[in-house]
Amino acid sequence: MTVVTALIVFGVLALIFGLILGFAAVRFRVESDPIVDQIDAILPQTQCGQCGYPGCRPYAEAIANGDEINKCPPGGQSTINALADLMGVEAKPLDSAHGEEDVKKVAVIREDECIGCTKCIQACPVDAILGAAKQMHTVIAHECTGCDLCVEPCPVDCIDMVPVPVRPDNWQWDLQQIPVRVVESSN
Amino acid sequence: MSVATKAIEAGHIWTFPGGIHPPERKEISNQTPIAPLALAQEYYLPVKQHSGAPGELLVQVGDYVKAGQVLTQVGANNGLPVHAPTSGTIAAIGPGIIAHPSGLADTVITIRADGNDEHVALEPLTDYTQLSRAELLDRIKNAGIAGLGGAGFPTAQKLALQRPLDYLIINGVECEPYISADDRLMREHAQTIIDGTEILLHIAGCEKALIAIEANKPEAIAAFEALLDKHPQLALRVVPVKYPSGGEKQLIQLLTGRQVPSRGLPIDIGLVMQNVGTAFAVAQAVLQGKPLIERVVTVTGENVEKPGNYWVRLGTPVAYLLAQCGFKPEPEQRVIMGGPMMGFTLADLSVPVVKITNCILVPSSQELAPAQDEMACIRCGACADVCPAQLLPQQLQWLAKAKDYDGLEQQNLFDCIECGACAYVCPSEIPLVHYYRKAKAEIRNIAREKAKAEVARERFEARQERLEREKQERLERHRKAAEARKKAQAEAVAQGGDNPQDAVQAAIARAKARKAAQAAAAQQKNKEGDDA
Ligand code: SF4
Ligand code: SF4
Ligand code: SF4
Ligand code: SF4
Repeated sequence: MTVVTALIVFGVLALIFGLILGFAAVRFRVESDPIVDQIDAILPQTQCGQCGYPGCRPYAEAIANGDEINKCPPGGQSTINALADLMGVEAKPLDSAHGEEDVKKVAVIREDECIGCTKCIQACPVDAILGAAKQMHTVIAHECTGCDLCVEPCPVDCIDMVPVPVRPDNWQWDLQQIPVRVVESSN
Repeated sequence: MSVATKAIEAGHIWTFPGGIHPPERKEISNQTPIAPLALAQEYYLPVKQHSGAPGELLVQVGDYVKAGQVLTQVGANNGLPVHAPTSGTIAAIGPGIIAHPSGLADTVITIRADGNDEHVALEPLTDYTQLSRAELLDRIKNAGIAGLGGAGFPTAQKLALQRPLDYLIINGVECEPYISADDRLMREHAQTIIDGTEILLHIAGCEKALIAIEANKPEAIAAFEALLDKHPQLALRVVPVKYPSGGEKQLIQLLTGRQVPSRGLPIDIGLVMQNVGTAFAVAQAVLQGKPLIERVVTVTGENVEKPGNYWVRLGTPVAYLLAQCGFKPEPEQRVIMGGPMMGFTLADLSVPVVKITNCILVPSSQELAPAQDEMACIRCGACADVCPAQLLPQQLQWLAKAKDYDGLEQQNLFDCIECGACAYVCPSEIPLVHYYRKAKAEIRNIAREKAKAEVARERFEARQERLEREKQERLERHRKAAEARKKAQAEAVAQGGDNPQDAVQAAIARAKARKAAQAAAAQQKNKEGDDA
């Protein structure tokens, strides 16, 4: 008898908790997978596709599903390390099949050669190019992520990728340079 | 009044952890009065000489300017103006090497002096208390005054924060070896500094100012003691000799026993600090309307014949300044802007004197040995003993070398004031501060990249959304157009007109018939050909 009572009690409890959990799952549903968001937040958002996916978020999803973490050249080693930390796996060097880590670059349109075809605008994933049909185009330098995607479509090859200039405010104390440089005497 | 405040009022001097006693060597430069410097032929004025954005240019190449004329406009983001140091013509505006450890170029205005040194007319004030706070702040901002003690933070900006203040602290400690610019200024212009302090008190809405001087400056202390009787709002505090007692946080700890919170500001604990040179410049700007076009610079070291303090116009090239002081360079001479602890070596002598330049040091290689090769850390702990911020310099160094930025932040790297005490005592000659500066720059860069990536993501997503929306709109348009066409047809048929569908059928039938006819004709021809 007691066994039956116990069974009934636990059965009812299980049902109640099941209902509560079921309700909570529906009511408090998380829209997207938080791990994908966390990975996406680490990726450089260059949207260049060098990883073999059509943008950073698809690659983030792929990583969440077990893809390698070393396929993003713009992010470089620091991104790989951060991903390794997050995913709890060993950091490894960048997979050179996807490209090499390079200095940061920014696109510059040689404006007198631009024919105003708008092809680069269509290619730019972050709308960093300003222009209109048959008008000169220009790159909004601080919005450009340096993804390189606008270079190829340009029919007159007037887009150059130039390294981001070093200014005193983004200068990285160069240890080689600092230990007290010697000034040649001028007189 | 609380016990702590009573102790502050009574002139109690607290202490701060760590600190060092390097040779002071101030006697090289503090023996003679501040001397004026003969005018140079060319002046190089970087448009950005303070921490904040540069102002916008107001002059063009070829313009004639007078001393004190404003060259760049007060701008957004703490933009401060710069002024012409003497009269002459603008010879160039373009990239030039600036006074920065990187030796990189920034926009520099070059003025070719005409030698007449004509000044713009000044607008003196008789009673500053008649002006509103905002007007006084404007006067200070328009004079281009930035903290002359080192960091170059715009003074008006610092005063504009309206928060309850207990004390204004005037920093005349000048604890860095060799430098005596503030010392001489205090000896010779104590009254002007006091006037400036009273103006600062008035603007900040503060009751009391503490003027702090290190015990190794008896003449400066005497100069203030003689005057302070008439100024009850001001009190003198003599602090013991120890480096870096002039550091903002350290001096606050010495005078009030309070600690500025990590990553916080003095104003968070009811204090604000200004350098004596700044107080002097404020008095000049408010009372006489003089913009900041010159400052006291200590020229010192064994390799100048006439060490001392000079009134130097901003923009004066260091090469010219040194030439006037009898520069005898030795092979591989180093020229340091700032002191031996916190200064940096200049990459080029065309660098100009700017608002934050307090000292030009030209040491001989005996007095200041060039950097030695770095050896391995022996974990002696000497660095941790002297750190005034109570950090673990040795730990920070390992973390910086390993690029462990999270670890560095946990160890409060950003509390490091870059005083160099740790590197000074390190027996292994490890340039510890350089590692910290580099790590700080990298951490700031990572933060900047991260913010940029965030913006890029937003823009990317906005673009995706836009493309999707445009596609939907296009499809919708096509669908509507097709529907409209169908409807029009149906209506036409209903009204007994030709069904366009029939027309199409008819056209197809015609085409078929034509093809058949052609085929038949061709066959006919072939046949004829065969027959022939
Ligand atoms: S390679 Fe990196 S930056 Fe480029 S799309 Fe892939 S994740 Fe984004
Ligand atoms: S401008 Fe060119 S390189 Fe820059 S983000 Fe756009 S497509 Fe990429
Ligand atoms: S430089 Fe930084 S770590 Fe070294 S003693 Fe000074 S505050 Fe401490
Ligand atoms: S003083 Fe130099 S050698 Fe000694 S523990 Fe610090 S870093 Fe290491």
